[in-house]
Amino acid sequence: MVENRPWLTVFSHVVLCLGVLVTALPIWIAFVASTHPADSMLSGRTPLLPGGNMLENYATVLGSGVKAAGSIPVGTMLWNSFVMALMIAVGKIAISIIAAYAIVYFRFPLRKTCFWVIFITLMLPVEVRILPTFGVVASLDMLNSYWGLSVPLIASATATFLFRQFFLTVPEELAEAARIDGAGPLKFFRDILLPLSRTNIAALFVILFIFGWNQYLWPLLVTTDEGFYTIVMGIQRMLQAEDAEPAWHEIMATSMLAMLPPVLVVVFMQRLFVKGLIEQEK
Amino acid sequence: MAGLEFVGVRKTYPNGVKAIHGIDMAVSDGEFVVIVGPSGCGKSTLLRMVAGLETVTEGEIRIGENRVNELEPADRNIAMVFQNYALYPHMSVFDNMAYGLRNRRTPRNEIARRVAEAAGTLQLEGLLDRRPGQLSGGQRQRVAMGRAIVREPEAFLFDEPLSNLDAKLRVQMRLEIKRLQRALGTTSLYVTHDQVEAMTLADRLIVMNAGVAEQIGTPLEIYDAPATLFVAGFIGSPAMNFLSGTVAEDGTGAQLDGSGGTLPVAPPASPDGGRIVVGIRPEHLEPVSREEAALEVVVELVEALGADSLVHGQLADGGEGAAVTVRVDGARRVAAGDVLSLAVAPNHVHFFNPDDGKRLA
Repeated sequence: MVENRPWLTVFSHVVLCLGVLVTALPIWIAFVASTHPADSMLSGRTPLLPGGNMLENYATVLGSGVKAAGSIPVGTMLWNSFVMALMIAVGKIAISIIAAYAIVYFRFPLRKTCFWVIFITLMLPVEVRILPTFGVVASLDMLNSYWGLSVPLIASATATFLFRQFFLTVPEELAEAARIDGAGPLKFFRDILLPLSRTNIAALFVILFIFGWNQYLWPLLVTTDEGFYTIVMGIQRMLQAEDAEPAWHEIMATSMLAMLPPVLVVVFMQRLFVKGLIEQEK
Repeated sequence: MAGLEFVGVRKTYPNGVKAIHGIDMAVSDGEFVVIVGPSGCGKSTLLRMVAGLETVTEGEIRIGENRVNELEPADRNIAMVFQNYALYPHMSVFDNMAYGLRNRRTPRNEIARRVAEAAGTLQLEGLLDRRPGQLSGGQRQRVAMGRAIVREPEAFLFDEPLSNLDAKLRVQMRLEIKRLQRALGTTSLYVTHDQVEAMTLADRLIVMNAGVAEQIGTPLEIYDAPATLFVAGFIGSPAMNFLSGTVAEDGTGAQLDGSGGTLPVAPPASPDGGRIVVGIRPEHLEPVSREEAALEVVVELVEALGADSLVHGQLADGGEGAAVTVRVDGARRVAAGDVLSLAVAPNHVHFFNPDDGKRLA
């Protein structure tokens, strides 16, 4: 149905534009701030146009880090965040797809119970089980390590559930045809199920990578060694710097850098997404 | 290649449902056997037991000389064509056909040769790089057949392979399957609920009902002498007319209920009480003059099919439930309300025992 109501069109565009402004303005201001020298953000008048210190500011944060916050180079923190997010995303997908495979395709005692036990863990996010988890990680000597940052966050009921739902839509005959074709359980998983799950994996990877990247509370607890600080907690530490004005230009530059990888992941994976959607055949 | 044998095969599901009540049968080498029956009669279960996708509760299935009850599907040397084809959606047509051979560690050039050969037979040469999603229903069906052929199995198992195709394509593929099976000479088991498919494809038919093989025989044997009421009603289209009646007192004829008429033939054996069910196929009822008529039918509805017309009506004075269908020549004009006088040749009258449904012979 095509309706021709000019005022409605104008109105909806205005609403949409306002929405874009509300979302984009803070990011723009953060970008502008990251290109000015230190004093222009503190002068009381927020500049709206980029300044001339962009290269300098970014070089500082990437190279030597923010002095007031202990001078950890942002590059290191970005790398830590990246490793953590990647380990969490890959680990979550690997474990949940295997768990879902077992639950859907194998008959074993307490199969239903297993599924529900996994499902119930949805009620226990990191924040709820943070003390016992910290205890376990500490006694396993995993504090200040990439394993400590990622392993406790890897088990995922959501991803297991999503893969389970997907596997249930795969026609049973496909598994039977593969059995007749001489594919054992592992071969079926590798040759048939995994390629079919490609789009689901890509979608989940995007979501889980960003989930991992944005972790704040857990890295704050398990890292005391600056070498393992992640970017999200790093920004917060810059703000808390004692006896100094917050170095807004450098903080904003760091924020911009922190935003970049998730954006890249979304942009890059989006293409895989669409490709997968077009090729999907049922 | 090899024959196939069922020895007292039974299937009981874990929840206690009995799907197959004991099948004994031997399929000889190269034979095309069709298992036909209504949905839920156990025909697919039987086929899946041969494939190894269902366990055999009791009895034995042999392929060639070997008992296969405990063998994995892949080790039974069979190939199966599924109703929804079950092609691997992410693989090309070539890979779909080659997958089973690769798993069997067939040499690469041998795979290429067999796939090319099958593609030639099935006219799939130009499509080997396509994905199943880019093919039409008939082409997918062919790929599924190709996947079975390249295995060079001892037996083909077809699980309603044509039911997802439109009517015209179905007729065409039916012929192709038959031709292919003749050419390859591979023993085949074919499950369908479509009796036309069953009649046209089969060397021998198994008519199943509620887990029991009601009759096993060639299509014409079954058509000419159905062993039970169920088989009589299931095979033949439109279905056989059933009229209840009694054996005439002098034993020389059959008296239909009401004043429906008398047939000048009597069953070879008469059951206790003399109650019988008379079965006459619609195509065996012939319009005749009133004097020669064995029964008269009041016409209610006429379906003109062109070559012939199906006349649906009630037996005149036949009491309730004496519906009769007659197939008459399409050139004959019949209208609702007419009274048709009909006769039937004695050898086309079937008698059944109403109590156990068995043919009276």
